[in-house]
Amino acid sequence: MNNILAIAQKELRSYFASPIGYVVIGMFALLFGYFYYTILNFFVRQSMQVSQFDFGGPAALNINQQMIRPLLLNASVFVLFVLPMVTMRTYSEEKRSGTMELLLTSPLSDLQIVMGKFLGAMGLYVMMLIVTLLHIGLLFIYGNPEWPPVLVGYLGLLLLGGCFVSAGLLISSMTKNQIVAGIVTFAVFLMLWVINWLGDSASPLTQTVLSYLSITEHFEDFSRGVLDTKHVIYYLSFIVFGLFLTVKSLDRERWKG
Amino acid sequence: MIEVRHLSKTYGSVTAVDDISFRVAHGEILGFLGPNGAGKTTTMRILTGYIPPTEGEAIVAGFNVFDEPIEAKRRTGYLPETPPLYPEMTVREFLTFVAQINNIARADRRRRVITAMERTWVSDMADRHCATLSKGYRQRVGLAQAILHNPEVLILDEPTAGLDPKQIIETRELIKELAGDHTIILSTHILPEVSQTCQRVVIISRGHVVAENTPENLTALGQGVTTVRLRFDTQDMTAPTTLASIPGVLRVTTVEQRNSVTTMDVETEHDHDLRRDLAQTIVANGWGLLELRSMQMSLEDVFLHLTTEEQDEKSTILDESSQPEQLHHKKHATELDNE
Repeated sequence: MNNILAIAQKELRSYFASPIGYVVIGMFALLFGYFYYTILNFFVRQSMQVSQFDFGGPAALNINQQMIRPLLLNASVFVLFVLPMVTMRTYSEEKRSGTMELLLTSPLSDLQIVMGKFLGAMGLYVMMLIVTLLHIGLLFIYGNPEWPPVLVGYLGLLLLGGCFVSAGLLISSMTKNQIVAGIVTFAVFLMLWVINWLGDSASPLTQTVLSYLSITEHFEDFSRGVLDTKHVIYYLSFIVFGLFLTVKSLDRERWKG
Repeated sequence: MIEVRHLSKTYGSVTAVDDISFRVAHGEILGFLGPNGAGKTTTMRILTGYIPPTEGEAIVAGFNVFDEPIEAKRRTGYLPETPPLYPEMTVREFLTFVAQINNIARADRRRRVITAMERTWVSDMADRHCATLSKGYRQRVGLAQAILHNPEVLILDEPTAGLDPKQIIETRELIKELAGDHTIILSTHILPEVSQTCQRVVIISRGHVVAENTPENLTALGQGVTTVRLRFDTQDMTAPTTLASIPGVLRVTTVEQRNSVTTMDVETEHDHDLRRDLAQTIVANGWGLLELRSMQMSLEDVFLHLTTEEQDEKSTILDESSQPEQLHHKKHATELDNE
């Protein structure tokens, strides 16, 4: 466990030793802030309209459903754009600079290396999410959203990001070139997102399968604040499978020499 | 301490290491000698568990590196060909990280890092980023990383590459100093390094062990034939035949002939000093003797002979005159292998 944490810590430090960590967090915060602003604008206008026409009706607009939900759905998309930049260099860089040789000849198991790197990347991702909590915090100050759905939504974002990180690290472990890793990761993420867009032309069965595979499809319920074990299991198994394949990929690298 | 049995490694159709076996005793320094691409790095990478062998096994500090890699790696310090440094870390941070992944207790870490830095003379660079270090310092930080956890076995791939002469001497001293309680394998293609630091040498060429012995014995091996260089002044064309007819002379080669001055190498049997007979013959024939000297074979020559042998068998690029010599050494190399 100590070894895993040592590697995770080293990973996190390397993100902030280069501009990568700052750029990724900054860009993510910028995008999130922009979407927050536009959705908030829309929400305020809508609730003003509602309050004009619907005097004393049932509760006005639900801030959780009308404001936080679309915001988190949008966030899930730009997580997809930002994470390839976090994961692409993780293994590629170590292979290129020869430090992989240090890790692989130290008394570490492959699993420890893989877990350490996963936790390191997740650490950066969590920092990205923490920045966005500022915006959500403002909503709590000036409005009265319910907190459990927000919590579920963030759990969803965390699991979704975990899948992307897991897949991204796997791809990075397969190449020495970080640009190749970045492009392939980006393409794969995009595929995972749009795979269920095949639409009506597909048979109902194919449609069900494809929408099950789509990584963002499973996020719908989380964004609504619904915690469904089906989705949690999907995400967790996706993450574990990705990590498992990464361990295998390191082993393969060894045999290839 | 280290035992290598019938180790082979093939990459696709390329055989990097072919059936290598050797042992290193506790506290010994073994020099791993060979031209570039001979399979030194591959063998070392197998010993450190970085790559698995295609065949055979390697036992380091009592553990099979393939079956119990973690235990073997815990007892091994490794300096790869390029020191594996993280550019964004300072020397101290880097060594602390290495201490962490080697399971050194928190309380011990600081002290170990400081000791390792002092032993490899990098203390003055402790807070510099690895990216800004010169080649010599990178090499020494790599060495500090290898000795940090005080391993029983040290595997050093060209430890003095990129160092200046003073640092080379210091590093050799350090390696000798470490030898007592550590078992060391070091690879190099610098020959004096071997004779100065190593107790035993394994010469490998094209994936095979071609010789294994002490540096002294290997040098002696080259003296199986004693060569005497002669330079004399004569017009007599029969000089080579005359010299060859002296009992004990194996071969006469003309090295250079300029006007009437001839330079010749006369090979004689080992422990058969013919210098008197040669001088007498020359004087008796009335040739003007200008130079007569006995030539010793250095470790360099032995090395060159042993490592170029195989090419000779496959191609006949080399001129005929060198063939008997090659065969001679081949014979000795085989004798050594059997020892």
